[in-house]
Amino acid sequence: MLRYTVRRLGQLVIVTLVLSLLLFAWLRALPGGPVSALLGERATERSRAELVEQLGLNQPLYVQYWRFLGRAVTGDFGVSTGVQPGTPALEVFLQRMPATIELSVLALTIAVLVGIPLGYVAGRRQGGWLDNLSITWSLLGVAVPVFFLAFLLKYVFAIELGLLPASGRQEAGTNATHATGFYVLDGLLTREWDAAWNALLHLLLPAAALSTIPFAVIFRITRASVLDVLEEDYVRTARAKGLGAAVIRTRHVLRNAMLPVVTTVGLQTGALLSGAVLTEQVFNIAGIGQALSLGFQRQDYAVLQVVIMATAMVYVLVNLVVDLAYAVIDPRLRTR
Amino acid sequence: MALLEVRDLAVRFVRRGEPTVAAVDGVSFDVPAGRTVGLVGESGCGKSVTSLAVMGLLPRDGTEVSGSVVLDGTELLGLSRREWDRRRGSEMSMVFQDPLTSLNPVVPLGIQVSEVMERHRGMSRRVATREAESLLDRVGIPDPRRRLREYSHQLSGGMRQRALIAMALACRPRLLIADEPTTALDVTIQAQILSLLRELVAETGTALVLITHDLGVVAGMCDEVNVLYAGRIVECADRHALFAAPRHPYTAGLLESVPRLDTPRGQRLAPIAGSVEDNIPWSVGCAFSPRCASALPVCSERSPAVETVGPGRLLRCHNPLDTDVGNTESSHD
Ligand SMILES: Nc1ncnc2c1ncn2[C@@H]1O[C@H](COP(=O)(O)OP(=O)(O)OP(=O)(O)O)[C@@H](O)[C@H]1O
Ligand code: SF4
Ligand SMILES: [Mg+2]
Repeated sequence: MLRYTVRRLGQLVIVTLVLSLLLFAWLRALPGGPVSALLGERATERSRAELVEQLGLNQPLYVQYWRFLGRAVTGDFGVSTGVQPGTPALEVFLQRMPATIELSVLALTIAVLVGIPLGYVAGRRQGGWLDNLSITWSLLGVAVPVFFLAFLLKYVFAIELGLLPASGRQEAGTNATHATGFYVLDGLLTREWDAAWNALLHLLLPAAALSTIPFAVIFRITRASVLDVLEEDYVRTARAKGLGAAVIRTRHVLRNAMLPVVTTVGLQTGALLSGAVLTEQVFNIAGIGQALSLGFQRQDYAVLQVVIMATAMVYVLVNLVVDLAYAVIDPRLRTR
Repeated sequence: MALLEVRDLAVRFVRRGEPTVAAVDGVSFDVPAGRTVGLVGESGCGKSVTSLAVMGLLPRDGTEVSGSVVLDGTELLGLSRREWDRRRGSEMSMVFQDPLTSLNPVVPLGIQVSEVMERHRGMSRRVATREAESLLDRVGIPDPRRRLREYSHQLSGGMRQRALIAMALACRPRLLIADEPTTALDVTIQAQILSLLRELVAETGTALVLITHDLGVVAGMCDEVNVLYAGRIVECADRHALFAAPRHPYTAGLLESVPRLDTPRGQRLAPIAGSVEDNIPWSVGCAFSPRCASALPVCSERSPAVETVGPGRLLRCHNPLDTDVGNTESSHD
């Protein structure tokens, strides 16, 4: 288990290195090269010359890459030119990260808490009305574009019905201390219940929109997996022992049926970011998704670098956690 | 009254868009307490479906079960799920063919053994675990304490089947159904598992229904034998009588295809000609008639009825073999 973890962490390093190489190549392949990329089109000659010197663009490529790596390791990715001009890119990223994490965690929680039980019940009663209804719902979930759904939710629940806030992360006048940047958590930590509640209300619509695809995928995998497991001989053995329905469900069916679901949940965290780009746009949330779309619009390569790097690392880390969770459930992986 | 009385058991699989399959077609047999009864026949003749019907384990959707299954005076067909669950694992239990797939891969062996005692004998996890340890020891699993914590993939095939037998006998059931319990195992392990089964049922007084397509297994284990063909019992006899003088042509064919110690080396065994594909429906005539060497014209026109041809001996045939055919020195036990 330990060796396994170490090996996976090694993979993380390799992925990061490969990615940094790609980013390095990407910056150099941009029109005008990294100078225009990092300073923008309207930079003065002097600042250009300074940057060439600073980046060592007059040095051989491998030296340039080495220095690029060195700066990256110390967290120096340059200064934001478009998203929050003047702020270090890493800081831009760190400021915005909590909003996206909060949103993604809530969305994924909704997807898991609804998708898994529904998938189980649907598989159990294959062909029943609940099964058909959930399949249709999950089909709609993947078929309707996220941004359209986000708009729809915003229009109906925020604008027409006025039940929930339409944008932002917290009402402007709220008396709130932001210690961690996770607004809900901040409110709970400082016992500013109103602030936490308000932040949560702001999250509901975007999280609902963002959760549809992960929900649909998790639901379908759970359902298919439950159907498979119900056919297994060991479930028949359990029934031949006269075990109660609850024991059969949790110990014999769900545990086995969760194996493919765990993998899927891991893969969905990756998909969440692309959903967050659209959702944060619609609900005007200052998160990483928004930074990504702004970054592309305004050619803020410094910020883009950080976001891409960090996203890839999160992705690899999440999948490491998933693999470990998998090994916890499945003893066949532990003893290999 | 026998412990288990199966009367006119019929199982039909009804699937939309598919022809109805009459997998079991009016099967009747008795299992007296403490005895071992064999259910023998080729693949697809309905052995497993019969046993699953007795255990109430057939899928509910698309399955029609009729007839009667009486265990110890109680009619089982039509019982509620709760009532079944009260009996399964305690009064009646089952061992399946493939020990690898019959064990849950992600649950420790100890829990799989102890859960049945927690369920039916009201034991706590701790007491049940201790009991499980001695059970595993009893079925010949070495180092049982360690094995309790292991998972099925860490056990050998023989050990897995021993563990499944331990689970099945954990609550001292009155009836144990073993559906081809050795088919998936190595030949050397097969003999061990069979002798373990024989020992345990003798010790606990459990009645055993042994399902097999291997008459060699029957010879060593069973008191009585029911021969199944295409969902119907074609011959039922005491083991000695059956091996001494099979009366049904199909039984005789099965016996001839069993390797015997006195079969000269290199001599081909005589498998029964044709296959079940050739069967005609029982409603028309004798299902076996297209493959039968003794077939008469009447065989493909009129369905043979069951007749009692001796004490405890039933036969379904228009033209049975003579009593003394095969009654020679080299009988099979
Ligand atoms: N769930 C099912 N749905 C439809 N048909 C089935 C089902 N289960 C069994 N059958 C059919 O019923 C018949 C009897 O099957 P069964 O499994 O009882 O045979 P068997 O005697 O146990 O054979 P084997 O020696 O191969 O185990 C077969 O033709 C099989 O295809
Ligand atoms: S009834 Fe006829 S065909 Fe069938 S087994 Fe007897 S002799 Fe053969
Ligand atoms: Mg079978």
